[in-house]
Amino acid sequence: MKPITLIFLLLLAGVSSAGVEYREFKNPEQQEAYESLTSELRCLVCQNQTIADSNADLAADLRRQVYEMLEKGQSKDEVVKFMTERYGDFVLYKPPFKVKTLLLWLGPVLFFLIGALFVIVLIRRKQTSPKPSLSDEQRQKIRRLLDEGDRS
Amino acid sequence: MLKYLIPLIIFIVMGVFLAIGLKLNPTEIPSPFIGKPAPAFSAAKLDNPEQKLSPEDLKGKVWLFNVWASWCVSCRAEHPVLNQLAQQHAALIIGLNYKDARDDALNWLNQLGNPYDMSVSDQEGRIGIDWGVYGVPETFVVDKKGVIRHKHTGPVTPETVQQTLLPLIAKLQAE
Repeated sequence: MKPITLIFLLLLAGVSSAGVEYREFKNPEQQEAYESLTSELRCLVCQNQTIADSNADLAADLRRQVYEMLEKGQSKDEVVKFMTERYGDFVLYKPPFKVKTLLLWLGPVLFFLIGALFVIVLIRRKQTSPKPSLSDEQRQKIRRLLDEGDRS
Repeated sequence: MLKYLIPLIIFIVMGVFLAIGLKLNPTEIPSPFIGKPAPAFSAAKLDNPEQKLSPEDLKGKVWLFNVWASWCVSCRAEHPVLNQLAQQHAALIIGLNYKDARDDALNWLNQLGNPYDMSVSDQEGRIGIDWGVYGVPETFVVDKKGVIRHKHTGPVTPETVQQTLLPLIAKLQAE
């Protein structure tokens, strides 16, 4: 084996995810569904990992559950429904859009709008603010000072 | 005046949000099961695998469903509390022996005492998934109609028993 090939293979080995089980799929669609589901569902023990990435026992059980449901011909939506019925929306990395999660979804937009409004107001104020004007007395004083400067 | 008030208000609002955030416990995930019928199962009894138990058999009774395992450290901490609770005969205590070896589980009960009116085994964790179990120990309170009324995540402490479980059980027994 060429050294470069070996290095490449070693690099690949580092990329593989934690939860490795051998699963056989009937068709590529099923495999695709399995992979997308396991990377969308949260491991509830570790919380910040998907069940595909987690080594926790529960994650392995949930992967098996996903696999078995797909095997039985159930759709992705049915698997998601099964999981949320048991673990709540928290199990989803992509939370659904509803009243409870309104702030979560609209929060960033809201902050952006507030920021944009702030900037617009700031710019407007600068443009409309009157140019500093001098009184006649001040003008005469400047003129005087400038004249004095010319003479010396 | 307004110039100073606005930053102050923003600061207070942020402070309130952060304070709420600090108080929240991220490991406590609210159970979507509260107020819903207990998930059905038919599980082998721990001491006699020939016999099965299902939630149907417990209709008309208030029961606690305590998920435990001999490998679980927090369960060991919780065990004496359950033993005490069992002596009060406030409600049936059903154990779900979660992903455990049967011999280990039976040894554990022999050594530490058996607070359970009955334990069923869930060696593969399937019943656990059905009940939304994500960490052992967990304790559910089920009413006479078979509806889950409360879930406690983590070890049951004497305070939980006094402040939450016993009052709730008394209420459910009266229903």
